[in-house]
Amino acid sequence: MKKFLTRIAESALLPFLSVLMAFFISGILIVFSDTQVLKVIGSPLKFIQRASSSVFHSYVALFEGAFFDPNLAQGHSLWQGFYPLSETIVTATPLILAGLAVTLAFQAGLFNIGAQGQFIFGALGASYIGFHYSFPPVIHVILALLAGVFASSLWGGFVGFLKAKTGAHEVIVTIMMNYIAGFFILWALKTHTFLRPRRIDPLAPEVQPNAQLPHLLGTTMRLHAGIIIALLAAVFVWWLLNKTTIGFQFRAVGANASAAKTAGISVSRTTILTMTFAGALAGLGGAVHVLGSQYALTADIAGSFGFDAITVALLGRGKPTGTVFAALLFGALRTGGRTMEANTNTPLDIVLVIQALIVLFVASPSMVRFLFRVKNLRSQGTLASKAWNS
Amino acid sequence: MSLELRGVTKSFGALIANDNINLKVGDGEIHAILGENGAGKSTLMNIVYGLVQPDSGEFLVNGAPVTINQPADALAAGIGMVHQHFMLIPVFTVLENIILGHEHSNKFGALETTDARAKIMAQASEFGFSIDPDAVVETLSVGVQQRVEILKALMYDAKILILDEPTAVLTPQETDEFIEIMKRLRARGTSIIFISHKLREVKAVADKITVIRAGKVVATADPNSSQEELASLMVGRPVNLTEKKALHHDKPVVVKVRDLNVTDEVGRALVSHVSFDIQAGEILAIAGVQGNGQSELANAMVNLHEHVHGSILLDEQEIVGLSVNKSLHAGIAYIPESRELDGLIAKFSIAENLILDTHQEQPYSRSIFLSHKNVEEEAKKKVIEFDIRTQSIDSPASSLSGGNKQKVVLARELSRPVKLVVACQPTRGLDVGAIEFVHKRILEERESGRAILLFSTELDEVMTLADRIAVMYQGEILSIVDTSATREEIGLLMAGIKS
Repeated sequence: MKKFLTRIAESALLPFLSVLMAFFISGILIVFSDTQVLKVIGSPLKFIQRASSSVFHSYVALFEGAFFDPNLAQGHSLWQGFYPLSETIVTATPLILAGLAVTLAFQAGLFNIGAQGQFIFGALGASYIGFHYSFPPVIHVILALLAGVFASSLWGGFVGFLKAKTGAHEVIVTIMMNYIAGFFILWALKTHTFLRPRRIDPLAPEVQPNAQLPHLLGTTMRLHAGIIIALLAAVFVWWLLNKTTIGFQFRAVGANASAAKTAGISVSRTTILTMTFAGALAGLGGAVHVLGSQYALTADIAGSFGFDAITVALLGRGKPTGTVFAALLFGALRTGGRTMEANTNTPLDIVLVIQALIVLFVASPSMVRFLFRVKNLRSQGTLASKAWNS
Repeated sequence: MSLELRGVTKSFGALIANDNINLKVGDGEIHAILGENGAGKSTLMNIVYGLVQPDSGEFLVNGAPVTINQPADALAAGIGMVHQHFMLIPVFTVLENIILGHEHSNKFGALETTDARAKIMAQASEFGFSIDPDAVVETLSVGVQQRVEILKALMYDAKILILDEPTAVLTPQETDEFIEIMKRLRARGTSIIFISHKLREVKAVADKITVIRAGKVVATADPNSSQEELASLMVGRPVNLTEKKALHHDKPVVVKVRDLNVTDEVGRALVSHVSFDIQAGEILAIAGVQGNGQSELANAMVNLHEHVHGSILLDEQEIVGLSVNKSLHAGIAYIPESRELDGLIAKFSIAENLILDTHQEQPYSRSIFLSHKNVEEEAKKKVIEFDIRTQSIDSPASSLSGGNKQKVVLARELSRPVKLVVACQPTRGLDVGAIEFVHKRILEERESGRAILLFSTELDEVMTLADRIAVMYQGEILSIVDTSATREEIGLLMAGIKS
């Protein structure tokens, strides 16, 4: 048990230090974007005082906006104070699923940049079944989820097929397929199949109540059952990778395709299967996003979920558990960032800077090691470049 | 120039890699350092070359003490090193590689190459190397690449040359040429520290031999000592190098290969019209200089190669055209040429590596569910049976020494019910103890009635193990001879000369 805990601590150390560094550097940016602080740059004492108070208030606002809002707690009820936490989880839910799509592919040695496109197809499939048909409760939402998963697994599996049969690099193919998916949804929302009646802007009808994911904490909080699906998916990915022959083959091909091939494992079959599973996961993210919080499909339904998914998977170090925590962190940053912008002089863009810096540090473990004088930090930070080279 | 090491000690944590080592290399002397893998030879040489800092100890060059903190200090003191794994940039030319780190530009700011080119040509002709300074390194054979490394060391006035396992990557012919080069260097007054575990080469060229075992100098031996004596000093126990071979009797033919052809994507022949039989309990060795189609033939045996035509019958079952998985499970054990690249997954545990090709079978799994309990139990048994030296079956394969890595591959492949064992260069890069183990194991497989197809570029190995020897040259089997053939006869066949 003790060994287990040290292992967890060891693998969480680098991401933790990276997050710390990112917040530190962003703090400097906050100072220099605050005109009130810059006014007093002439007198060092005042400057330091105002600067630290500016950074402190920004981060407090960020925290309150992401987890617990004392104003809401006072105005309504203590319970309502946790409204931001519910929002954080709602944002994190699709991110967990899309992140798992990248994580799973990492484990099999593939760099899946295509979570965005897969997410879009998941949302398309779920939305179509969701508004177009009428089924009894429970069954309808399950069918809608399955439709999303089905569409996106084909979309993802096709990339695997191309790679296995023609050797096309999955990075290039998935980037291109993201464009196709992005324009496909634009086009789809202009057809009569998807366009909401009497509307000309790209907007689909809302999914029917039976197809919506149930709220978990009553109607005042948006927290929905999607988070349970996302956590189950994370457990599933862990189980698949570690407890099944299929996962064994995924990891074998990811770690050394040549040895896997020599041992009789079909690399092309594994590649196709990996991308199908990855597509299914990202698509489930899209489906959950539509059925749990958006209800109506828009052209911008995927936002930047598919791209943040890559960051999340990197920060999660290619592990399902890590991915869940990374997605929650990103969900918190996004949600809290809005409150921070509203309540302080700090722009929302700082959140993007924090995210980018986290990735930068996670991707260069030797720099963090140097900054914090940490020895023997497990170097898995070259995950991305490894996947790229393979 | 002479070099003396006094009391060099280096420890990595609890492991003492070098324990109070004293060593004296005389002027114009070839001093062999003999030791098993992990004995501390490479650490010692990295210390001399300034790549590793010793805990204590001093260096004397020509009797005067010098400090070596980094490779630049070693170079300044006249010490050059040719590493086991070459430090060349594959896409650069020979010239570019040699001037790398010593580049000068002319007054127009362009790279100055005229002087360097002249110097390289002069050096090369002095040693009788034929080398094209404008050839791109990756297009050169391993033997020639090594000459580039040596030239590079000599260009910058190395008076003492450290050669770390230089023959590990060479073919028999290249090795012979290499030994000549060493002798020529010695005649010119260059001292050489020659690191090796190959006894025949050491005996052929060394003036003095220092044997290192477990970080200590255990003996200084004379090159006239017998191979058995040297091996015993290295391993620390008596070693029986020449294994006994029982006579084999006529048994049923297990493998029939008929008119096997392998081509590359564009249809060029890699293996042409190869036919042979192997009977139960027989070892057929495929000898030949590296790159004459052996790897492709070996790959074809389990369908790892795509363009294979002809027939391989294993107990009347056609193998050609099956998937790799089906070929293996038809009854073929496959020991690939490179343990690191094709045999093992470095970051997988030993237990996981032991089920790479059997993970879909009981008792390791049922439908898609892996049984970790059974995987671990079987792994524990195999670790004992094959004497795999490891702290735990959960350790990654990368933590093992070369010999133990090979034992993992052997344990995995030989534990399956197979009729044919295809072993490719099974002892390449291994030390004496591990070679002894692998040879014994192969002979045991032969005793148990399995057919064995052995690919080896080591003539010694072929002569020790084989019942019949097929020599490959340019993709064809020139001739299949029995063990009464002499080294010379086989050497001629390897060079493509058929009498």
